[in-house]
Amino acid sequence: MFGLNLDVTGELAAFFILAVCAITGAVMALNLTRVIHSVLSLAFTFISLAGLYVLLGAEFAAFVQVLVYVGAVTILMIFGIMMTRHDHDSQERPRPFMEALAGIGCLALFGILFFNIRGTDFPAPSGTLPEDNVGELGRLIFSGFAIPFELMSVLLTVAFVGAVMLARREEDDLP
Amino acid sequence: MTLLGSYLTLAAVLFCLGLYGVLTKRNAIVVLLSLELMLNAVNLNLVAFAKYGMIPSLTGHIFTLFTISVAAAEAAVGVAILIVFYRRRVTVNVDEFDELRR
Repeated sequence: MFGLNLDVTGELAAFFILAVCAITGAVMALNLTRVIHSVLSLAFTFISLAGLYVLLGAEFAAFVQVLVYVGAVTILMIFGIMMTRHDHDSQERPRPFMEALAGIGCLALFGILFFNIRGTDFPAPSGTLPEDNVGELGRLIFSGFAIPFELMSVLLTVAFVGAVMLARREEDDLP
Repeated sequence: MTLLGSYLTLAAVLFCLGLYGVLTKRNAIVVLLSLELMLNAVNLNLVAFAKYGMIPSLTGHIFTLFTISVAAAEAAVGVAILIVFYRRRVTVNVDEFDELRR
């Protein structure tokens, strides 16, 4: 999957280490029986993906990934686990037919994606990213993408107010 | 040949793993986590194309930031709905989420 001329550079080695970490975390998250273990192993995947972002020159995206995914989303899921009960013995009725069907579907999707990726002739990049990545990103967000950025803040506010309203105990609004 | 194909393949693997989790898992929290995994695969594609695409630009990074914000909002609302549901039915099994079907 990496061409015929196998020249091992530092980027290639780092990519494969991080890719193996990411896939291992994802597979373990799907196989572990306890939910808290899946959350932690998925946090491992998120950290590996942040490493891949650094490798791709997206330092700010990597920082936000660690901050939001590893910091916030994982903790939110752990809170969700804390507030609910997980008796993982009684609820697992095996459904082999459904799971086999889903597995075949996912493998078929992966096959289609893989063969299309291998068959596509990607043109060489015509240039490089600017050196001062984060500064340029900030300039772009506050000039060209200012309106989507503000809309995103409105969306976040609405979502969090909605989440608080939903999860509030209903006794609270009794007099 | 750049590493673009390898990055896209990794993202495809992660996306398919997340899709399998969404389709087969019964625990609602694991389903939400699998959704996050799928969104991360998309983000990886965006960042990879931002560097190795035909015209490298920072627009991919900005889209990644927007996707991460939407994913955070989605996770917050998802967990809130989960907790409300747990209060009513005392389960987190997605097979029991069938009030609209009855």
